[in-house]
Order: sequence, then structure tokens, then C-alpha cells
Amino acid sequence: MTGTTLPAPLLEVENLSLAVTATGTEVVRGVGFAVAPGEIVGIVGESGSGKTLAARSIMALQPPAIRRTAGTIRFEGRDLAGLSAKELRDLRGGRIGMVFQEPMTSLNPSMLIGQQLEEGLAVHRHALSADERRALVLDMLRRVGIADPDGALAAYPHQFSGGMRQRIMLASVMLLQPALLIADEPTTALDAVVQRDVLELMVGLTRAHGTAVLMISHDLSMVARYTDRIIVMRKGEIVEQGRSDELLRAPRHPYTRALLSAMPRRQPARPVPPAATPIIEVRDLVVDYGGRRGLFRRESGKRALHGLSLSIMPREVVALVGGSGSGKTTLGRAIAGLLPPSAGTIRYAGRPIMAGGAGWADYRRNCQMVFQDPYSSLDPRMTIGALVGEALRTVPAMGRREKAERVAEVLSEVGLAGPFADRYPHELSGGQRQRVAIARAVVRRPAFVIADEPVSALDVTVRAQVLELFADLQARHGFSCLFISHDLGVVEQVADRVVVMQDGRIVEQGDRDTVFDHPAHPYTRRLLSAIPALEPAGEGGVRLKWRFDDAAPEPVPS
Amino acid sequence: MLHFVFKRVAMAVPTLLIMAVTVFVLIRLIPGDPAALMLGDLATPASLADLRERLGLDQSLPVQFGIWFGNVLRGDFGISITSSQPVLPLVLDRFWISARVVLIAVLLASLFAVPAGMVAAWRQNSSTDLFLVGLATLLYSIPTFWLGLLLLLFLGLQLNWLPVVGYVSFSEDPGAALLYIVMPVMTLFLHEMGVLIRMSRASTLEVLRLDYITHARAKGLSESAVLWRHAFKNAFGPTWTLIGLVLGNLLGGIAVVETVFTIPGLGRLLVDAIFARDYPVIQGCLLFIAFVYVAVNLVVDLLYPVFDPRVTAE
Repeated sequence: MTGTTLPAPLLEVENLSLAVTATGTEVVRGVGFAVAPGEIVGIVGESGSGKTLAARSIMALQPPAIRRTAGTIRFEGRDLAGLSAKELRDLRGGRIGMVFQEPMTSLNPSMLIGQQLEEGLAVHRHALSADERRALVLDMLRRVGIADPDGALAAYPHQFSGGMRQRIMLASVMLLQPALLIADEPTTALDAVVQRDVLELMVGLTRAHGTAVLMISHDLSMVARYTDRIIVMRKGEIVEQGRSDELLRAPRHPYTRALLSAMPRRQPARPVPPAATPIIEVRDLVVDYGGRRGLFRRESGKRALHGLSLSIMPREVVALVGGSGSGKTTLGRAIAGLLPPSAGTIRYAGRPIMAGGAGWADYRRNCQMVFQDPYSSLDPRMTIGALVGEALRTVPAMGRREKAERVAEVLSEVGLAGPFADRYPHELSGGQRQRVAIARAVVRRPAFVIADEPVSALDVTVRAQVLELFADLQARHGFSCLFISHDLGVVEQVADRVVVMQDGRIVEQGDRDTVFDHPAHPYTRRLLSAIPALEPAGEGGVRLKWRFDDAAPEPVPS
Repeated sequence: MLHFVFKRVAMAVPTLLIMAVTVFVLIRLIPGDPAALMLGDLATPASLADLRERLGLDQSLPVQFGIWFGNVLRGDFGISITSSQPVLPLVLDRFWISARVVLIAVLLASLFAVPAGMVAAWRQNSSTDLFLVGLATLLYSIPTFWLGLLLLLFLGLQLNWLPVVGYVSFSEDPGAALLYIVMPVMTLFLHEMGVLIRMSRASTLEVLRLDYITHARAKGLSESAVLWRHAFKNAFGPTWTLIGLVLGNLLGGIAVVETVFTIPGLGRLLVDAIFARDYPVIQGCLLFIAFVYVAVNLVVDLLYPVFDPRVTAE
């Protein structure tokens, strides 16, 4: 670092350690890194890596229970530990801005958008009149792509979608033209396409202002696309940092390699044995929501699915992809018999299914579901053994010993053999809970499993293990699967066939390789352009390749 | 907005209807014959039958209910059996006496408790927080009648600062009237403040954890702006609902406090009427209390969107 050509760093973090005040447990240990003016740096790590705490402590915004125990943070040459409360407040917002993960909770629900945006200007730019502030706010809202900026000023956050809120959030921070933007998982809660739009916008705006960005994420490939340098954290420590392309191509630390190899990638296409009748056949399915008849009014419903048709063959994994609101979850629930269809038919093994009709009980036994959130989908008061065994209760042909043997067998299949059967869900990690959910679904040897976003709540490395487990079980027991996901990377790895949905309609369906390599519909192209393809390069490294870049959003107006 | 108001008002109607039926049926289930009670020792079978007929007690229950409810809708709650006064003016008179005490006490309690709870949450686990939580727990754990007796003992008997027993109406002597209600107001104020501090603290803690509070700090806002501009409105909602419930409860039933301080309020009226089997007064009181409860909570609900704009949207 003696070279005179290097610009003085904007932010220098040295030997930073954070600990839980009450217990003294260190959650961040000896972390050091620097950010140059205008540079985009990514901090990547899984949950518990300390990435968010480290970033928040720069602005002294870590939770009150966490204390800094060692290290210095220097910003624009000043040691932040020595700042008075007033100087710290001038820095916050004025010089360092912050964007949060959850667009649903990061704007104040009871304040108008206009007030929330102007508030920062009022604090940091005293010289501006109210009219000048308003003009600046309107201009910034226009630049982040809000269609009606005047209307937005007098609206509340709940009147906007998640993606729009994240744009407004970005506007409120960039309005003050900070020298550094800390973006804490800025797009994790968003759809792939929206995620890409917001990230492009963020990078465009910060480049235009020369703002440096510290981008925190669990998603290595997403970060690699936009950053100059990457810092990889694990369990409170930095394991590796370096230029983004080099780090991807030749990762040095085993953990970085593990992260890279955990990223989903395409497996060779499997032959699906031909069969005469599909296991599931959906014809012209229509589902309407709402349409309540109240005491004083009659509401017309909202059509969620507009006449869909699809079929799933035995042993086949069909992925259902689309953004939020596309109706993919509704379709899954309708097929599972959890929602009554307004029109159309659903056939199981050639026989139409109807709630309470003939064959209904047989269908319910043969169709099982795995849900997204492993924290709320398991009854916290039941042991793992009881949770899995419950599905066998209505099998009169099985004796008690047989059932116990089956539960033990399935639990060992999902890697939870032995003492796990007597534990409760809260004693398990997220990945282990999702294994339980899968065990519960397959314990009856169903012919058909619906998996609704089964891995999107999991960390990258855990996700890879769960996907592998799922593929193993599917190969062993041969159930068909409807795999609902917004994550095309995961879909590319697991699916035999892909069905793309948008606004309650199927816009494209076909075998995986065709859909991924030669998408016919523009929406599919946009979806695909939001995720990278990985090409192996060197030892354990990869090269990122972006698909269909022509489907990228318009550049940011400056 | 209009739709929201209409929906809420419409929802109050069935509640009041059910309440009317319940009140009517409950009274009829209590053993004891009001005609026998009214005539006392002078009752002869003929005079009893005569009075029953005049009171409508010889009719079937549905017919009795129909007559009674029709009268209630016209504002006629009947005539008190013991005092021969019309029930509605009697209830209203007594209600205003109770309401004055309750409204002042709850207003003061809210003004102190909401900021105190917010500060306690803001300084969670500090000595300020411990002190406020301890105080709140102490205050709401003390039964009101005992707190009232303690106040009587110290402020009234030992220090002689305030009159001990009785009530003076405002129209007679405003100054004296004020002196007489200080202790009852203080009793209720202290008790409810304890309850409200706990609520305000809990809901503020919930809000302070959210990202938009960190975002407000990250914008460089001062702590007071964070607390009052960003946290207050969002944290006040649950406390506001509780204030409504407390008000509804107290307006209908501070009989204990009224007994301690010998205030002729609505609670006393109801208790006395029950002892005297004065059916029209009991019915009138219960129905009026139910109405007040529903009305207060209706107003609370209608004002809720002021604190949380998301409410009207749904």
C-alpha cells in the first residue's frame, strides 16, 4: 500500500471486532478492508457471517446489544470513533447512505413518501427552500423510474410494490449524493427481473454521482456482476478478498470454492421414460379470488388463473417459474386441491379429481407438498418423529412397528438418522428443518410432490445440499414433481421441463434446454437475462456469462 | 374512507341488538318478582295481579321484549320502580358525573404514560427503563379501592388538603366540585397509567426494531426526530386501541371507586338498582353502558387510520 498512484481510500476498516455485550461472544473478528472513492465492493457471506453487522457498525448502527471491542474505522481520513453525536449525524445520510433489504419495512408506513424524502434534505441541506427541496425530490423520483412523481409525493409506501419501494428507498438515499452507499441485501426480497432492474439502477445512479458502494449479499454471482472487488466472510471473519473476476476465476480459500460450487448449474438432461397417461393433467383451469357477497355489496372477484393447461408425466420434474403475482403458487395450490377451481379440470392418473369425489382420498394420499418457510411449516410442539409419522396415521395396512421403521428409514434417507426423531423443530437449523419437511412429504411414497419455493429461504451451501437430497430421493422413489420457484438458477439444475407464467397465464413451456437456450417469449428472455450462466474455469473457479443481455433494462437517465 | 366509516357503523348495529336481547333475558332470569317487591307487605293477590298487568309482566316474554325495545328506540327506558323517575334522564345525569372523572383521569394517564413508555423503550434495559417498568407494575398491581383508601387517609385525613367524602356538582360551586374529584381522578389516573405505560413501551419496542427506524437514523436524523416523527405514530396504534378499551370499561363501571369516594355516579346507580331489583333502571344502565362501550370503540376505530394509513386500504 505504499504506491503513490493509489487514491486515498474513502473508507478504511482495520482489525474490526464486534461482540455481544451481555455474553462477550465475538460475532465479528479482526475484519479489515478498504473502499476507494467510486469503487463498488461486495461483502459476501451466508447468514451468521457478520457481514451486515460489520457494515452497519461503520455508521454505528449495529443493534444496541452489540458493542465494538477493537479496531478503527476511518472515513475520509477521520477516525469515526472520535466523532461527536452531531458529527456522526452529519455523516449519516450526508456522506454515507444506506439501503436496506426488506422494502416492506424500510419505509415508514405512516408517513407520506414526500415527507420521508424531503426530511433528509431538510437535515443536511439547510440552505434549500421548501420549493427547491421539492424540485430535487421530484427530479430524483423521475430518475429512479417512478411514473407519477407528483402523485408519489402524496402517497403512502403501501401503495407501491416491493420493487417500486426499493426504488423510492434508493431515491431517498441518493438524493443526498453520499460519498458511500451501503446496500444491505438491497434486492434479496425481490423477483429476479425486478432485482436486476433495481441493481442496474443503483449502479447507474452511483456511477453518475461517483458514489462508492459497499454491497452486502449472500449471492456471489449477483455481486460478482456489479462489483470491482469482493470480500468473502464466514463466521465473523474475512476468509478472502480480491478483484471480482480473479476471485471467481481462481478462488484461493476452500470456503470461496465451496460457495462457488454450491451455485446451481445445469445437469445433463435425463431421459424421462415414456408413459401413456400423464400423472397430472390440467385442462383450461380458471381460478378466481375474492368475489365475496357481503351483506351490503357484491364484489366481483379477481381472476388469478386464466385457463391454464399443462401435464406432468410420471417421474418428471416440471418447474413452474414466474415473478411474484404471476399465479404460480395459486396454480400449485389448486393442483394440490387446496383451492377450488372456478372452471376447468384437474386429472390425476387419468381420473378427474374433485374435492370429496371418488378417488379424492387416494389423490390426497398420493399428492404431498413441501412449503417455502421451514420455520412456519413445522408444528413447533411436535417432535420430528411425530411430524414425519403423522402422515402415516391414515394407513390402516401398516402396523405400528412398520410405521416406526418407515419413519426411521425416511429420516435416515434425508440425513437425520438416530437422535433427531426425538428433537423438536426449534433445535434444528433451517436446512435440517427443510429436510424434515421433505421427509414428511415422501414418507408415504407419494406419486406426486408439489414443492413451493422449497429452497429459497436457505443459505447457498445448504440450498445445494437440500437440492442434491431432493434429486436423490426423486431418482430413488420416482415421484413426479411440480417445482415452483422464482429462482431460475435452481430451476435450471433440477427441472426436466419448464413452464413460464406471467400474470396468470402460461407464456411458454418446453423442455429445459430449449427454454433456457432458445426462449421464445420476451418475458422468458428477461427472466433469463437476470441470472448468470456459470462456465467452469481453472481449478474450482468459474466464469460468469450473462444471457440475452439485449433484454436488459434501459440505462439510467442522468 | 366513507366506505370504512359506513362499514364500522353498520357493524355496531348487530352488537347493540344482541346486547339488548341479552340484557332483557338476563334480567328475566334473576329470581324475584318486582311487583311483589314494589307492593311489599301490602300485597294482596288482586293488587299483585293488577300491578303485573300494569307493568306488562303478565305478557309473554317476546311480547314484553317487543314493547320494551320499541320504547327504548323512542328513548323511553321506563320509570324507576324505587324512585318513580324516568330512567333515561336518571342514567344520563349519573353518567356525566362518572364520565367527568373517567375522561380527565384517562386523558392525563395517556398524556403521561405514552411518552413515558416510549422513553422506556428507547432506553431499553437502562435504569430509566427499569424504574418506569417497576413503577408501572406497582401502579397497576394496586387495587383501585385500596389506592383510593390510601389517598383518603393521607391527603384527606392526615394532611387535610382535600375533602374526604361527598360530591358537589359543577353548577353549584365549580371550585369545590374540582376539589372533590381530585382524589377519584388521581386514583384512576395512577392505576391506568401503569397499564398504559406497559402497552406504550411494548409497542414502541416492536417499532424501534424495524428497518425504517434504522433508516431514519441512517439519514442523520436526531434521536428526538426518530422517536417522535417516525416511531410515535406507528407505536401509538396498539396503545390507542387499549385507551379505547380502558375508557369503555371505566365509563361503565367505576362502582368501586364511586363507593370509596361516595360519588353518585353510574356505577353506584347500577349497584343500588340491583340491590333494589329496580328492573327498569338495571336494564337502562346495562344497555347504556353497552352503548357507550360500542360508541367509544367505534370512535377509536374510526380514528385509527390517522395513525396507520394502511387500515383504510383493507
